[in-house]
Amino acid sequence: MSQLSDGLIAVVKRECPTCVLVEPVLAQLAGGAGPFTVYSQDDPAFPARVKGVVDDRSLEASYRIGVQFVPTLVRVEGGKETGRAFGWNRAEWEALSGARGLGPGLPENRVGCGSRTEEPGMQFRLAARFGDHRLRSRQIEVEEEADAIELCYERGWTDGLPVAPPTVERVLAMLAGTRHAPDEVVGIMPPDRVECTVEKVAVNAVMAGCKPEYMPVVLAAIEAALVPEFGLHGVLCTTNAVAPVIMVNGPIAKRIGMNSKGNVFGQGNRANAAIGRALQLVVRNVGGGRPGEIDRACFGTPGKYTFCFAEDEDDGVWEPYSVEKGFGKGVSTVTAFTGDGVAPVIDQSSRTPEELARSYAACLRTLYHPGQVADVAAFLAVSPEHARVFYAAGWTKQRVKDELAKLLRVPVRDLKPGFGLDKELERLRREDPDGTVPKFRTGSLNIIRVGGTGLFSAIISGLGSITINPVTKEIKA
Amino acid sequence: MTQTILLDPTSERSPVVRPRIARPASLAGKTFGLLDIAKNRGDVFLDRIEQRLKKSGHKVKRYRKARFSIVAPEGLKQEIRANCDVVVEALAD
Repeated sequence: MSQLSDGLIAVVKRECPTCVLVEPVLAQLAGGAGPFTVYSQDDPAFPARVKGVVDDRSLEASYRIGVQFVPTLVRVEGGKETGRAFGWNRAEWEALSGARGLGPGLPENRVGCGSRTEEPGMQFRLAARFGDHRLRSRQIEVEEEADAIELCYERGWTDGLPVAPPTVERVLAMLAGTRHAPDEVVGIMPPDRVECTVEKVAVNAVMAGCKPEYMPVVLAAIEAALVPEFGLHGVLCTTNAVAPVIMVNGPIAKRIGMNSKGNVFGQGNRANAAIGRALQLVVRNVGGGRPGEIDRACFGTPGKYTFCFAEDEDDGVWEPYSVEKGFGKGVSTVTAFTGDGVAPVIDQSSRTPEELARSYAACLRTLYHPGQVADVAAFLAVSPEHARVFYAAGWTKQRVKDELAKLLRVPVRDLKPGFGLDKELERLRREDPDGTVPKFRTGSLNIIRVGGTGLFSAIISGLGSITINPVTKEIKA
Repeated sequence: MTQTILLDPTSERSPVVRPRIARPASLAGKTFGLLDIAKNRGDVFLDRIEQRLKKSGHKVKRYRKARFSIVAPEGLKQEIRANCDVVVEALAD
């Protein structure tokens, strides 16, 4: 559509009672001296009393004029807008048009209706179709007969499951979920070490099934995973089975409907599923971390599709993980850590914290190998019913950790060589052959509260080393 | 109906083909850099390589990354480049 032509412009729709009310006024203006154009958003036969109504069912004119309400009356002089009225107001319409005695018998004033351009999601559809959206990603046309989902497969963009095709409209809607500009760089994404922009995150978040309100969490998750201490390059290229796991703390978890309770690590919650998947798709598509290429996992894990959940902070007894890490209560955070699966701890008989701690220790001791004390980390997920045992005895999270640390000593004679510790092992065997060492180096065993009904806990084992550590970031809009 | 347009989710890098650095015509008199990436037993392999290289009269310099899961720091790469003609990197387990 070219520049606005001089004169008066009215935008109407038949569905709007005020537009129907002002039909005689529109006829009056059409019969006047100056140029007058009427755009109809829903029915080019309306208003019937005006000749040459312009069909704007595509909403292109309405979008370009920036119509929010109907009827809208606009005066254009020298190609520029010089005045605008919304709804019907005799004085305003007369002032804009210069006509007198408009709509005799009509009330002085009547509010209008919402323009069709304001229907849910319409602004993104119109911006995609007619707007200058300034997105930089390469545009790929889907042939009329082709299936966009299949095209995504053919291009190698998926994790094996179908993705939501990243149309311009969906990406624009996704970007409305963040205040960050599309061209802002979130970080350098391994393994290809390329700049990862907010726009690329949005494209992949669309494919993962995210809603725009998940964007702040997705962006914070990527930021966390890109902090060097997390060691994303190592996590994604290792022969081990680990995936980056995302845990959300704070009020945002409930605001976006995340699951922290029953089936917390399982399927069925959109936010949990899509946020974790978005990170994985960014790794795959932006970073180039694909299995069989730089991803050399021997087994991998289903968590490489998605592994994301929220900690349950409802009972308020134990400090949430984020508070342990120094973030304020009420601050939303995302933590990235490595995990390769969920191993349940089933103990339905222990009724004292000491017994329960012994059960945990027995299970934790064997992680990776009973003699492995390096490069092994774990998040112990305590369910509400197990947590009650500790609460009743007044054990804090730290107390549980301390007790576990006492129980989780590995005899030097049982230590497994390897993991870069051989020289240390030789020294220990020489100097302290009957001694013990901790299974988990300081900080590599964490405890969280999640889950539903049942006397269970669960262990998420993962890598922990001098170059691979959990990282927590505040979630900002 | 309007055409469906998808946005490319990838980094859109076009693959760059970089020629390999020219191989020396002869290894005579060359200095070898042996890079241990800190994988277990990589040093065992490199020790043996070092012995054999020295036996045939080569100069050998040893280097080590702090950890196999990180990219070699720029300084280390520059040092190897400045001091060696040939580099052997050991991946072992």
